[in-house]
Amino acid sequence: MQAKKRYLILVSAGTCLFLLLCLGGLPVPASRGGLGRRDGHRPGTHWPRYSEHLQPFVPWDQSESEGFSAPMSPRQKRDANSGLYKGRRCRMDSCFDFSLCEKYGFKVYVYPQQKGDKISESYQSILASIEASRFYTSDPGQACLFVLSLDTLDRDQLSPQYVHNLKAKVQSLSLWNGGRNHLIFNLYSGTWPDYTEDLGFDIGQAMLAKASISTENFRPNFDVSIPLFSKDHPRTGGDRGYLKYNSIPPFRKYVLVFKGKRYLTGIGSDTRNALYHVHNSEDVVLLTTCKHGKDWQKHKDARCDKDNAEYDRYDYKEMLHNSTFCLVPRGRRLGSFRFLEALQAACIPVMLSNGWELPFSEVIDWNTAAVIGDERLLLQIPSTVRSIHQDKILSLRQQTQFLWEAYFSSVEKIVLTTLEIIHDRVLQHVGRSNLMWNSLPGGLFTLPQYSSYLGHFPFHYAPLGIKPNPKFTAVIHAVTPLVSQSQPILKLLVAVAKSQYCAQIIVLWNCDKPLPAKHRWPATPQPVVVIEGESKVMSSRFLPYSSIVTDAVLSLDEDTVLSTTEVDFAFTVWQSFPERIVGYPARSHFWDANKERWGYTSKWTNDYSMVLTGAAFYHRYYNYLYTNYLPASLKSMVDQLSNCEDILMNFLVSAVTKMPPIKVTQKKQYKETMMGQTSRASRWADPDHFAQRQTCMNKFASWFGTMPLVHSQMRLDPVLFKDQVSILRKKYRDIERL
Amino acid sequence: MMCASVKYSSRGPALIPRMKTKHRIYYITLFSVVLLGLIATGMFQFWPHSIESSTEWTLDRRSVHDAPLVKLPVSSPIPERGDLSCRMHTCFDVYRCGYNPKNRIKVYIYPLQRFVDEVGVPISSTGLSREYNDLLSAISDSDFYTDDVTRACLFVPSIDVLNQNSLRIRETAQALAMLPRWDKGMNHLLFNMLPGGPPDYNTALDVPRDRALLAGGGFSTWTYRQGYDVSIPVYSPLSAEVDLPEKQPGPRRFFILSSQTAIHREYRIQLERLKEENGEALLLLDKCSNLSQGVASARKRCYKGQVYDYPQILQESSFCVVLRGARLGQATLSDVLQAGCVPVIMADSYILPFSEVLDWKRASVVIPEEKLPEMYTILKSIPHRQVEEMQRQARWFWDAYFRSMKAIGLTTLQIINDRIYPYAARTYEQWNNPPVVKWSSVNSPLFLPLIPPRSPGFTAVVLTYDRVESLFRVITEISKVPSLAKLLVVWNNQNKSPPEESLWPKVAVPLKVVRTKENKLSNRFFPFDEIETEAVLAIDDDIIMLTSDELQFGYEVWREFPDRLVGYPGRLHLWDHEMGKWKYESEWTNEVSMVLTGAAFYHKYFNHLYTYKMPGDIKNWVDAHMNCEDIAMNFLVANITGKAPIKVTPRKKFKCPECTAIDGLSLDQTHMVERSECINKFASVFGTMPLKVVEHRADPVLYKDDFPEKLKSFPNIGSL
Repeated sequence: MQAKKRYLILVSAGTCLFLLLCLGGLPVPASRGGLGRRDGHRPGTHWPRYSEHLQPFVPWDQSESEGFSAPMSPRQKRDANSGLYKGRRCRMDSCFDFSLCEKYGFKVYVYPQQKGDKISESYQSILASIEASRFYTSDPGQACLFVLSLDTLDRDQLSPQYVHNLKAKVQSLSLWNGGRNHLIFNLYSGTWPDYTEDLGFDIGQAMLAKASISTENFRPNFDVSIPLFSKDHPRTGGDRGYLKYNSIPPFRKYVLVFKGKRYLTGIGSDTRNALYHVHNSEDVVLLTTCKHGKDWQKHKDARCDKDNAEYDRYDYKEMLHNSTFCLVPRGRRLGSFRFLEALQAACIPVMLSNGWELPFSEVIDWNTAAVIGDERLLLQIPSTVRSIHQDKILSLRQQTQFLWEAYFSSVEKIVLTTLEIIHDRVLQHVGRSNLMWNSLPGGLFTLPQYSSYLGHFPFHYAPLGIKPNPKFTAVIHAVTPLVSQSQPILKLLVAVAKSQYCAQIIVLWNCDKPLPAKHRWPATPQPVVVIEGESKVMSSRFLPYSSIVTDAVLSLDEDTVLSTTEVDFAFTVWQSFPERIVGYPARSHFWDANKERWGYTSKWTNDYSMVLTGAAFYHRYYNYLYTNYLPASLKSMVDQLSNCEDILMNFLVSAVTKMPPIKVTQKKQYKETMMGQTSRASRWADPDHFAQRQTCMNKFASWFGTMPLVHSQMRLDPVLFKDQVSILRKKYRDIERL
Repeated sequence: MMCASVKYSSRGPALIPRMKTKHRIYYITLFSVVLLGLIATGMFQFWPHSIESSTEWTLDRRSVHDAPLVKLPVSSPIPERGDLSCRMHTCFDVYRCGYNPKNRIKVYIYPLQRFVDEVGVPISSTGLSREYNDLLSAISDSDFYTDDVTRACLFVPSIDVLNQNSLRIRETAQALAMLPRWDKGMNHLLFNMLPGGPPDYNTALDVPRDRALLAGGGFSTWTYRQGYDVSIPVYSPLSAEVDLPEKQPGPRRFFILSSQTAIHREYRIQLERLKEENGEALLLLDKCSNLSQGVASARKRCYKGQVYDYPQILQESSFCVVLRGARLGQATLSDVLQAGCVPVIMADSYILPFSEVLDWKRASVVIPEEKLPEMYTILKSIPHRQVEEMQRQARWFWDAYFRSMKAIGLTTLQIINDRIYPYAARTYEQWNNPPVVKWSSVNSPLFLPLIPPRSPGFTAVVLTYDRVESLFRVITEISKVPSLAKLLVVWNNQNKSPPEESLWPKVAVPLKVVRTKENKLSNRFFPFDEIETEAVLAIDDDIIMLTSDELQFGYEVWREFPDRLVGYPGRLHLWDHEMGKWKYESEWTNEVSMVLTGAAFYHKYFNHLYTYKMPGDIKNWVDAHMNCEDIAMNFLVANITGKAPIKVTPRKKFKCPECTAIDGLSLDQTHMVERSECINKFASVFGTMPLKVVEHRADPVLYKDDFPEKLKSFPNIGSL
């Protein structure tokens, strides 16, 4: 009986199971087969192969017939567009008058400040930066772009900085012209509770350089998105990034951190309110506080007290410096201060601000320096950042530092970047390429008018896989008349001309006496071009003469003493360091703590930070940069003193490369004057000369906003220099004989 | 379901032994029945299905006329016009894509249907075009494709809207709205190449499409929703018809060529004026008026009765004009790129194809229409080298992104994919660098110009086997170097334990001994966690001749060049013309291309690189041959940075570090032969010779200067 029961139970169980399997098994293939099967037409899972001859999408005659039926003349069409697309649909094509920029180039006019106008510190900085830049013009008739002197930075009605009656004030400007070719800077717009992006006055056809701008309101290639910066942001120079070295592996103590306010209700509150879901108080530390505003207690929710307590346990600075990633969630507005803070701290920003048009997005490829997250996928953020490979982290982190130093570290850089972006649009096909903006040394130091070809710059040889031109052009700066055949300049000319790498020699005749007759110059295998300086000023030795066709320039003083071997060796070294100054006379700078200023020394020291251009190779691009990048104030100072041009060149090159120049071999005495034969006119003999150089150092440092010079403790010698081998085996043996 | 049954049967046998024999038979039969049932079910499920999917590829040739007919009621709803404010975060449902480890979106294609209106007239005059069919097949064959509509992130309708001319706007819109997953067009992608129609020729597809994404050819800045739509090229059918072999960049017969036939009269007059001014440099072609019957007019162009083959003639010019026609997007652009001719694009407000990822500055010249008369001057100002690079770049763009509907379709999907997974997006270099550049270009992973602070110091890693006495001397010597932070001894001898702790020299810095599992040379380059500094000094256990000043100076030089190998003994590679291969040179030469890692500073990153990223079998090869690990390191660093190493300080009489057991010349020679072989082997694995030769070495600024020694930072340099 028992057995039978058991048997029955088992049989029924077995049958049930069998039936279940049969029935339940069926849906499996159905779901795998996909919908195609159900509609009875497409049993395959892939797009079927159609056997018949299908028609082309465009019939042969279509394009031709259409072209000729185009009814409207292209010119009419352009005019129609510019009439049609105004206001929110403004583009350069419809709202910008390019013709204003044609005659005088890209010049920016700043309206004179009216008495009684209240201007915030930040806006003062912006205006001062424009006025100090090479784009500034005080003549509105030459201007291509106009900038208001009315403070438009803070358009939050509740803010004390808010300027009232802006609408009337703007309309009354005689040059306003409906806002055409005007640029309006703005950091804050709208107010509680909706924080719209409206500025509270009609901007007409003006362009906006605005922080926290949303992609919906952003007019591509017309507006410029700028970063939100605090009123303490330095005007010039700015601090360097915090990254001092690349640690391996690149992970830091925390993976992801954030510390900031939480808005309990209203716009932009959702994301920050949800952060606690991801917080794990170990390596993902996302802290919020409710404690802000007057009546936070009224709105506080259940988590506030706990959050506030956790918030106080951590130090923001410590977290910032010890985290691999930093969360940058939107606040009330899309942008937040956290962004620049993270960027400077080499903490890779993780953007969590949907619809924010990132700063300078027109030119900066943010994927190379930040992680762009989606607020909707907040919960995935930790796994996303953890999945990023360490090589990628290494590169993202370095890029944050490059971008920070190139475009964000000072108000001046932010303003210049904004202007250069607009400048690029005006230049059109000559504008900077993506690579110029996103690789060292960055767009501000890469002037596209010099050349549109990357290979003409000293910075991109390796990325392009090319080498600089294997020859050089010597430029000798002549200031004394040619009276005797034993003058140093003639010896120098012969020695340089003997170099196998020399393509040509340019003698820049900056002497008041007339040019010597052609036959007075020695006969050389390479052409000697004598250029008579027009203004005979010091800066003219760095003019980008079109006759310089090689990448390398050998800059020489007329009384420099160099042998052919020395020239050859220095040039081979330069080929390895084409972006630096490579040469003989080394000098150093130091901080004079007593006088609280920079000092200049020509003493023999264990290090150096400058290589003077009396005998140095550098890339011809620096001639262009010197002439076109530096402000007239510094260049005229050099011209008036007839001094310091070499120091200024060193400042410039080090500001670009962030690296020291390179001194080659032992040579210390490279002047006739130093060897006892005094040359009458030599400026080096002048006692004031040295004092002036101290002054120059400090003037230059203040314009750069920082001290760009960097010290080096090494010099480069030929491989077998003074080694105990037969001198016959040495290629540069003459160097040792000197 | 399967799982449950397996569990059941596994529990079964345990019961059996306790039962009577009679019952046992019943149970066995019962289980056999269940088992059989299972097998049968399995067969039923999988057998026919697998046959089906295998035949699909070979036998599934069907006709579009088999597609089901769908009648659109007149009152069928019409989607709203495209919303200009749509962006990925507002109109795109990202939850459908979600997180996935491959970071790849899934794309579903609707099955083909033939839509007709109530009286049976189709919504499109062409139906499924050849090109759209190619596009859908390509997507279907790609990694993006899914046939599971529930897992799809992106939906592609099979309704062909490539050419608006052939569409009935209202009915097409109704058909879109009828798609089962349409949901206000959310996550739907439409491909359109020829938007608008006479007389206005709008620059985006006129079919109302709710929130659908538009991959459009010929967007203007006013219709393009940046970051949402994708600007695509207008496909040129000639791409498939004509095979133009790639032409070497360089000067061409003509400077500027205009080949378009449908140029507005105003522009043609301006072009003709340019031609008058600049003569032979310009070639202005038009369509041929008197071609004999049977000649495809699309393939011929004429100038004053002279007939030219199109598109072949494009290869004869440096620059080719691509002017706007009635539409902004022109198929000519594709032909021009294919010919490796640099396009001169004159179409104001036009959004160039794939401009979201492609850097058109490298492949084209964009000139405002108004500046057409200045075209010649503008183009003449472009440096020759740049023109050549543009020619190469133009052809590469065509090869990679224009050549077929497949290329266009997959590029579009990749762009959308990059937006959804931006942290896994392809880089600028990946999108824009042609293979030639990818090969020859170098982007150092340590690219930031940094001079790290002196304070963290360096970690000395000493590789040793059993020369304890010499090792101790090395340790004592190195410990005098001010910037030494830590000593790490890599004990490579598995048969012998390192000496007791008390026997080791007393040093001021932490000293750590790591015992290795195998006696491998690569152990010295392992990125040990114990190395906490950026700088590593690799040093052999017999390098006792380096002074403290020399080592400290080496560290200072490394700080100025943290991305290079900075070392003491220098070596050179040479090309042996007789043998036709590379040769290793350790003699006193004027040049250096390697520094030996018997004594060299380098960044810890290179340890990581050597251990995990060494190309080919080099790492194993080195371990097997117990030689050339230093050469391999030199190759690796030079290859990734494109820079030469830096040899520091004068040459010393090193106890030949590469010939530890000199018994005579013969052994020395075998050694050199072996090292030469290494160079040849590595060069072939790297596919290139990455080593860079230089003629300089680094010395302290005051080296050998007539200057009080005690005032020099590094007085003791070069003593023997």
